[in-house]
Amino acid sequence: MKLGTRRRTLLALGAAAPVVAALGACGNKPGAADGATAWGLTGGAEEAMRASFEAWNKDNPDNEITAEYFANDAYKEKIRTAIGSGNAPTLVFGWAGATLADYVANDQVVDVTESTSALTDRLLPSVAQVGMVDGKVYAVPNNQSQPVVLYHNNDVLEAAGTQIPTTWTELLAAVEALKGADVIPIALAGQSVWPELMWISYLADRVGGDAAFQRVLDGEAGAWSHPDMVRAAQMITELVEAGAFGDGFASVVADAGADHALVSTGKAAMILQGSWIYPEFLTNAPDLVASGGLRFSTFPVVEDGAGDPTAIVGNPANYWSITASSSEDDQATAADYLSEAVYDDAHIDSLLAIGAVPPVAGLEDRIAEEEDPEFLDFTYAMVRDAASFELSWDQAIPAEQAQELLNNLSRLFLGELSAEEFAAAMDATL
Amino acid sequence: MAAPALILFGVFAIVPLFGVAALSLVHWDGLGDITWAGFDNWQAAASDPVSRNALWLTVKLTVLCVLFQAPVSLLLGVFLAGRQRYRALLATLFFLPLLFSSAAVAITFTALLDPNFGAGSALDLPLLTQNWLGDPDLALYVIVFVIGWCFIPFHTLIYQAGTRQIPRELYEAARMDGAGTVHQFLHITLPMLKYTIVTSTTLMTVGSLTYFDLIFVLTGGGPGNATRVLPLDMYLTGFRSYDMGRASVLALVLVAVGLAVSLGLNRLTGANRMESQSEGS
Repeated sequence: MKLGTRRRTLLALGAAAPVVAALGACGNKPGAADGATAWGLTGGAEEAMRASFEAWNKDNPDNEITAEYFANDAYKEKIRTAIGSGNAPTLVFGWAGATLADYVANDQVVDVTESTSALTDRLLPSVAQVGMVDGKVYAVPNNQSQPVVLYHNNDVLEAAGTQIPTTWTELLAAVEALKGADVIPIALAGQSVWPELMWISYLADRVGGDAAFQRVLDGEAGAWSHPDMVRAAQMITELVEAGAFGDGFASVVADAGADHALVSTGKAAMILQGSWIYPEFLTNAPDLVASGGLRFSTFPVVEDGAGDPTAIVGNPANYWSITASSSEDDQATAADYLSEAVYDDAHIDSLLAIGAVPPVAGLEDRIAEEEDPEFLDFTYAMVRDAASFELSWDQAIPAEQAQELLNNLSRLFLGELSAEEFAAAMDATL
Repeated sequence: MAAPALILFGVFAIVPLFGVAALSLVHWDGLGDITWAGFDNWQAAASDPVSRNALWLTVKLTVLCVLFQAPVSLLLGVFLAGRQRYRALLATLFFLPLLFSSAAVAITFTALLDPNFGAGSALDLPLLTQNWLGDPDLALYVIVFVIGWCFIPFHTLIYQAGTRQIPRELYEAARMDGAGTVHQFLHITLPMLKYTIVTSTTLMTVGSLTYFDLIFVLTGGGPGNATRVLPLDMYLTGFRSYDMGRASVLALVLVAVGLAVSLGLNRLTGANRMESQSEGS
């Protein structure tokens, strides 16, 4: 049998075509339901969110909101194509920052300043602020504040004859002591890269104050090669070279929780991670938590640094925005839900129950009534008293820059780039 | 008769292909307005060290994959073509990976290869306790191995079927002339499998060129850029950096390379004159 040339060409094309199809095949709307819809994230405070929607739907059978939940990475890809193609849900889950600014610039989300004022008046101002663009509210928080916290396995620290570091010098000393005791000083999920951002964000803030990153946000030429930023990058290199993260950090994946598992099993002593992993410790290492072996602290102070020691980085919260492409009825339903149901008593209770602190003012007494108030109290005070709450860098800057940042940062941690090369590579993205 | 296939092919392959070609000439972040870019994206992609490295890695990955998979599948396939009972049992075991989804395979291997909680530390074998996926010098080879683990069964199946097609008389005649197993393999099996080899190698090559999901789950392109092959680079550029124009350029490069390689392979091996090898046809 002979195959004609043209047909063979088509066959060969067919073998290569799925790649191309993959680029064009996104953006379908799953289970397009009547009425308002919402897309949220799995994990974290998903339970509290589900409970909140269920309660709303029970009380408002005529204005039900259908919620769907996605994994973090899948969601971030899906939501953009969905919004770009007009197939977005009514309520969009987000991180504010550059993405929200993009949505606003393209008229994809609606101004909710007035319709949600009943809610925004009750919020901690530093958190509410993040949902605003040009003085108007386009996003309101929907779950807990997620400051980045330094967690410690105190049993491991004690066994190595050291203690919780409060300064950069103490941190380096603790790393030495822990290495001597044959444990990984600091667990780090290097394969996921974003946990590495927490280190450079905190270091830059402690060294140069919030001005260090503000220069990047403002797009100032040479913002990354400013001495404070380069110093922060050098400190990363110092830590890596001191073996602070062990040898295998680049294999560790955060999504599977392989980083904090190192701390709960005593293979590592410390971890810098979001407050959202605390519930994981409760589940995976209840004994460690009960015995008081799990401690937490703010990021160490850099002795000669200009930063405020109370400044924090992380996610002030996640946010709901209402899409402009949804019908007016759905928009109204969503706005009612935001002002009436978000952070109502039941929602606050269900958040507190999973160790998550909502960014609502005046919660001190309610937190004190919880069974395990220590961590809640710690994070609540941290957010309430913070000199500034810096949004995670990868959310704060445009996606293209953020990708370059993650890429170059991972190479800085691997030792493939020096602090100066990192700064130069990042300057090129401004 | 061919109409349904051609329509499907047109709608799902040709039309998107033209769409991507058009996208490669514009700036678009997926949200805002589409603006004309001319050949900006092409220039940017050509001068981007990450994309150039990605192209090189793709070639390297493809060559390594073929070098690893082809001999193993050929030998296994020929071995499993025998009709003995134990071979049938082994075949069932060997073909198991074909049933698993690649995402599940990747997640399992990530867990097995974890330097802290993986197989190495569980069994206390220092040799297995390497920083497999975190060492830029190792990660690509680990990926070649895992891809092989997934796809060798498929190619083994092709070779098994191919070998079983070879007329038994040829072997009987050879045995009468006193040819041993190695001789039979080299002088009968291999030449008779020529077109099977072409098919399998073409599938392997084009498959490796466009391979994505396993790598995405195993390393996400890391550590650094050590496993950021072209399909992954395309994906990250398109759906993480939201630069649809640049991503489309990379997609077109992939199409072109894939086409060129598979056509080239066909020509080189003479499979375009694909005549029947069976008796009486």
